Amino acid sequence: MEKFAEETTGDFADLEHLTINPLIVYFSSISENTHKFVVKTGVRSVRLPLKTSDESPEVNEPFVLCVPSYGRPGGSGSIPPQAVKFLNNPVNREHLAGVIGAGNTNFGELYCVAADKVAAKCHVPVLYKFELMGTAEDVSKVRDGLEEFWKQNSLHRI
Amino acid sequence: MMSEKVTLVDHVEAINWNRLQDEKDLEVWDRLTSNFWLPEKVPLSNDVPSWKTLTDEEKQLTMRVFTGLTLLDTIQGTVGAVSLLPDAVTAHEEAVYTNIAFMESVHAKSYSSIFSTLSSTREIDEVFRWAAENPHLQKKAKIVMSYYQGDDPLKKKVASTLLESFLFYSGFYLPMYWASRAKLTNTADLIRLIIRDEAVHGYYIGYKFQRGLEKESPERQQELKDYTFDLLYELYENEVQYTHSLYDSVGLSEDVKKFLHYNANKALMNLGYEAMFPASVTNVSPAILSALSPNADENHDFFSGSGSSYVIGKAVNTEDEDWDF
Repeated sequence: MEKFAEETTGDFADLEHLTINPLIVYFSSISENTHKFVVKTGVRSVRLPLKTSDESPEVNEPFVLCVPSYGRPGGSGSIPPQAVKFLNNPVNREHLAGVIGAGNTNFGELYCVAADKVAAKCHVPVLYKFELMGTAEDVSKVRDGLEEFWKQNSLHRI
Repeated sequence: MMSEKVTLVDHVEAINWNRLQDEKDLEVWDRLTSNFWLPEKVPLSNDVPSWKTLTDEEKQLTMRVFTGLTLLDTIQGTVGAVSLLPDAVTAHEEAVYTNIAFMESVHAKSYSSIFSTLSSTREIDEVFRWAAENPHLQKKAKIVMSYYQGDDPLKKKVASTLLESFLFYSGFYLPMYWASRAKLTNTADLIRLIIRDEAVHGYYIGYKFQRGLEKESPERQQELKDYTFDLLYELYENEVQYTHSLYDSVGLSEDVKKFLHYNANKALMNLGYEAMFPASVTNVSPAILSALSPNADENHDFFSGSGSSYVIGKAVNTEDEDWDF
């Protein structure tokens, strides 16, 4: 993947608005923090089921995964099992373009460890990290960043 | 000061962890118990040589900061978390509060471990006298105590979350500052354990506040929102004065205030409210942020194209996840 251009011009917006359309797949516990963040971005999204026993969706277009971390000592069990189940489907893995982490810097080196682990395991970049439900600045950076990321990488809908 | 009676619940049933009304209770219980620690595990005495390199003024500041934190943890351990017990909706929620109360007592004792390792009895007595007389510290304690003695379960949770997620941070700043300068690093390790615990406490109590708030009328929800922001402003103004009284002499007040803003935002988010302070006043110095979380500062904004972006696959242990691939 290339480095991003300095800025986005509106030139191609009309032409490409049908294909340039970021997608976030995310897990959010009943605390709803990650859910609130994703809703604020206004980006298209798919929420993973709360219960691991429920059927996991299959996504057939490029997406980024947004996951909170369960900062346990040593980082074990830090990825929500619902996200692991989702990624165990090779079709989903194939379309994973990047990861966004939700967390709390109070957890020190385990801040957003789930995002780091998914990125390492699936060989995709960590795109952004934010805390709790994210600030206004986080929201606009992710919204704009994803749009640019989709354009740069031609992550068009299939 | 702590003589007020705690209202006891009048009916108790055996706690059944196999029937949960709120799965968050078990999740947080597991998190808290797996995070359990004691100060004896941290080799504080290794900080003695480093302590000796501090000036008298720096030593005094450090002692004062830790005494202020001791007072807050004492309040939270003996009154704050305990005052939430009668309002618990589930038996599991009660169990989590008892864990929180106990850990706050561990925290309070930890500061004593730091004191006794680094300082003399005379100096320790002196700084406790300072704490008893410092108007800003006493005001902080008084404000929070008055809310804990009230009878509104949701307001108590607001006060408790603000204590856990905001009021500690004028103090937590200093050990992170020392750590960023490679001083008192073992003490900083211990404080990081406290910081980790407070995050879970603030998250959980704030979460329970939000569950309770959902059931209230729109008018009452508005009242609680106004109350939260009023209380935050009241505490914030006092924190700013407290910060100046402590840190002016070493020229750190402005950066400490940024740290306060940053954490006030997180306290609000724990309560389900939007962050209040704009990014322009929450930009804590990178050294402090990286002392807090080495992963926070680098590589977290791929979109900006700056820094060490696009580093894929740091060697992290993924073996314990349930991967199929």
